[in-house]
Amino acid sequence: MKITPELVEHVALLSRLELTEEQKAQFSRELSKIFEYVEQLGEVDVSGVEPTAHPLPQKNKFRPDEVVPGLANETALANAPETEDVYFKVPQVL
Amino acid sequence: MELEPVIGFEVHAELKTRAKVWCGCSTAFGAPPNTNVCPVCMGLPGALPVLNEGAYRLALRTALALHCDIPPVTTFDRKNYYYPDLPKNYQISQNDKFLGKGGYLEINLGEAGVKQVGIDNIHLEEDAGKNIHPEGTAVDYSLLDLNRAGMPLLEIVTKPDIRSRHEAHVFMNSMRSFLKYLDVSDCKMEEGSLRFELNMSLRPKGSEEFGTKVEVKNLNSISVVLKCIDAELERQGAVLAEGGAIIQETRLWDDVEAVTRAMRTKETATDYRYFPDPDLVDFEVKEEVKQEILATLPELPVARCRRFEEQYGLSAYDAGLLTAQRQTADYFEDAVRLHNNPKGVANWIMAEALRWLNERSGGEEGEELTIEHFPVPAPAIAELLRLLDEGTITGKIAKQLFPMMIDTGKTPSVLVEEKGLKPLDDSALDPIVEEVIANMPKVADDVRNGKAKAIGALVGAVMKKTQGKANPATLTPLIKSKLGVE
Repeated sequence: MKITPELVEHVALLSRLELTEEQKAQFSRELSKIFEYVEQLGEVDVSGVEPTAHPLPQKNKFRPDEVVPGLANETALANAPETEDVYFKVPQVL
Repeated sequence: MELEPVIGFEVHAELKTRAKVWCGCSTAFGAPPNTNVCPVCMGLPGALPVLNEGAYRLALRTALALHCDIPPVTTFDRKNYYYPDLPKNYQISQNDKFLGKGGYLEINLGEAGVKQVGIDNIHLEEDAGKNIHPEGTAVDYSLLDLNRAGMPLLEIVTKPDIRSRHEAHVFMNSMRSFLKYLDVSDCKMEEGSLRFELNMSLRPKGSEEFGTKVEVKNLNSISVVLKCIDAELERQGAVLAEGGAIIQETRLWDDVEAVTRAMRTKETATDYRYFPDPDLVDFEVKEEVKQEILATLPELPVARCRRFEEQYGLSAYDAGLLTAQRQTADYFEDAVRLHNNPKGVANWIMAEALRWLNERSGGEEGEELTIEHFPVPAPAIAELLRLLDEGTITGKIAKQLFPMMIDTGKTPSVLVEEKGLKPLDDSALDPIVEEVIANMPKVADDVRNGKAKAIGALVGAVMKKTQGKANPATLTPLIKSKLGVE
């Protein structure tokens, strides 16, 4: 599969990444190679094989519905780049 | 050309668990901002989610009660998008192996009968945090409270089976009533624990094909959804009337202008790049768990309504009113068990108790009062009806007693004793009747001369004199015998 510069641009937008024209060309080249490599898997006949959602044999891992105290407000905000009062401060949304 | 709406809903209900869906943080509403948070629900690197079994069971309970097929294995996927209230930059949801598929909700359309609204799928996901937009012109930022992030959220996606505003209204009320009967969600729309998103298109009436639909978000109450349906009927109708085409898009409700608005295309780029969440294992739905849950499902509103009609001989309307809330239906049945007069009990509940509650609740969207808030318990209503049916008190006295029961919390028997409200027996009535006849000779003569209806005036006068303590059933014969008429 060819990863076109346009597709790189689309994925970059979805991921909120800003790329230069050079980077778009570079990632287009490199990602195309990676996809071609992975496409070799397509040679294997997997008809009748259930898609694997998870490689672990473990199933039904639950936690009980019990409250565990959370973090103190100061601790919760400690690593935030910006805060105001008891809140995280983020660029305006609306 | 007459157009009909084709409507489906995405229903979001916060599940009633103690802890969040992937971590142990409390789900309590109204906690100080950013205090019910931990590395998992704040999306800190390295923190791993583990599914809350309580949330899983409530979701499964809902799916089973909606008659869904339960696939043997359910898995969770990541839905990727960027928004500040979503700390991980993805929402853990389900996109492939849903918890439940198919199924239906029964809604009672009164004379039009019971309709099944199909369920496409039902899945478990997490809620997002809350953005706060400070007031002021110079403000160029938002604030974020992550207490709600990671709350267990159930999404029920219906099929486009709804065909009118009225059906949509009944559906939303029925869904809320259903979820409350099941006791899986608080369904407090004012707190956002129940939300409806609308999918709507128009098509010529009688057509089998669907038109192009739009999805509308930001609808925070049932009455707003109804306003939105009206607005879209008008907008889509106008576009189609001019020969235009509806654009498939997500629109936002503008409550000030009462119209929907298209979101910018950037926001509607719905490329969520779902993939299985590697942090969560598969879940096999065990047969014994299903059986265990099935055994605890309550009788649901539509079934209960039907039974009330058959078992108690109530009208469809009355049965619907009494079964809309589980508490009211329980109250009714408790009272009827104590005094077997279903119609009498039903009338008193509807005329007195529900009226009292309506006067005090905040309307359809406000705080919903249940009959548990009503100061008169079921046994007291039963006792009042028993006293009335046995002739110990008159209907008029019963009506006087009711506000006293509400104010004092005393039982009707105690109040009857205290206030001396027992009906007067004939020996006590005798002199009063004679006095009334003496005072109203003209009326008395009319009755003697065959004007039977005139006796009403005498009965009324005695009632007035005794402050309602004469029993009308025995009073009329007593007056007649005094006048020497049959």
